[in-house]
Amino acid sequence: MGKMIGAIVVDTEACKGCSLCVAACPQKILNIVPSRVNRKGYPYANMDEDKWDKCTGCASCAIVCPDSCISVYRKKL
Amino acid sequence: MNREDIIKPENFVYGKDPLVNNTPMHYCPGCSHGVVHKLIAEVITSLGVEEKTIGICPVGCAVFAYRYLDIDWLEAAHGRAPALASATSRLWPDRLVFTYQGDGDLACIGTAETIHALNRGERMTIIFINNAIYGMTGGQMAPTTLLGMKTSTCPFGRDVKLHGYPLNITDIAASLQGTAFVARESVETPASILKARRAIRHAFENTMNGIGSNLVEIVSTCSAGWKKTPVEANKWMEENMMHYYKKGVLKDISEKKN
Repeated sequence: MGKMIGAIVVDTEACKGCSLCVAACPQKILNIVPSRVNRKGYPYANMDEDKWDKCTGCASCAIVCPDSCISVYRKKL
Repeated sequence: MNREDIIKPENFVYGKDPLVNNTPMHYCPGCSHGVVHKLIAEVITSLGVEEKTIGICPVGCAVFAYRYLDIDWLEAAHGRAPALASATSRLWPDRLVFTYQGDGDLACIGTAETIHALNRGERMTIIFINNAIYGMTGGQMAPTTLLGMKTSTCPFGRDVKLHGYPLNITDIAASLQGTAFVARESVETPASILKARRAIRHAFENTMNGIGSNLVEIVSTCSAGWKKTPVEANKWMEENMMHYYKKGVLKDISEKKN
């Protein structure tokens, strides 16, 4: 079984910044920057720019997301 | 390898279910309703019964559930969703009929309808969202509010002498002869969400096969009503609600036969 690498795409306009994905991420690479907000004024979830390669594509963030705004992609290394 | 190499359709693992449309949900950030809507959509898609499903909307926060899932919906008067579901499933015996109700709707004003519909063994599933508070109207005390829990109508905490004991309607449902599958789950972690999805799937399969009434309670949070952040609300739920509302399958008649 090879190592998996994942990536997520956040629909930032649908995100409400509840930060449940930040708490659910086992790699702790998601964050919410309060100063960056979408059109509704909610801060949105984002992956740390320098840690994107740590994502394993486990989809924990997308499973707990109440607004279904995270898409997960996964590939074998 | 960079991110663009991974983000390709063939590597897609998990995302928005096709039944969940693009209407922004009116729920507060972090509300459990969104997760349960998503689970219902995933189960309906995996069973392939998109064209055969009729949902019954409650009165409460989930009153606009029909806006978010692209299936057929009916809107019931407050608490009367099980009565409407009984009629619907009798008129359309080949349809998957489910109600989606909160604790104020199901356990307070609709107690009679709920208990009698379950006792008659109507062919339907009830999804019961229990957050121990009236969320939509401003956080008043509900029948399911825990002892000592503070709400806007019991600001000093729920007191047994004044307000009585919390009503555990799922335990009552498990003791009724008409019910086939009764389970209590929650949606705070990925593992518990997958368990809840399995329970909803089992209940929907029973409904499609015409086996009794099914009830799935989802112990959930109300971060606005509890005056907590979504993450704190999940933690509070694990520490306080799980003692009184114990998770697990309370009744499953298919297990007995095997």
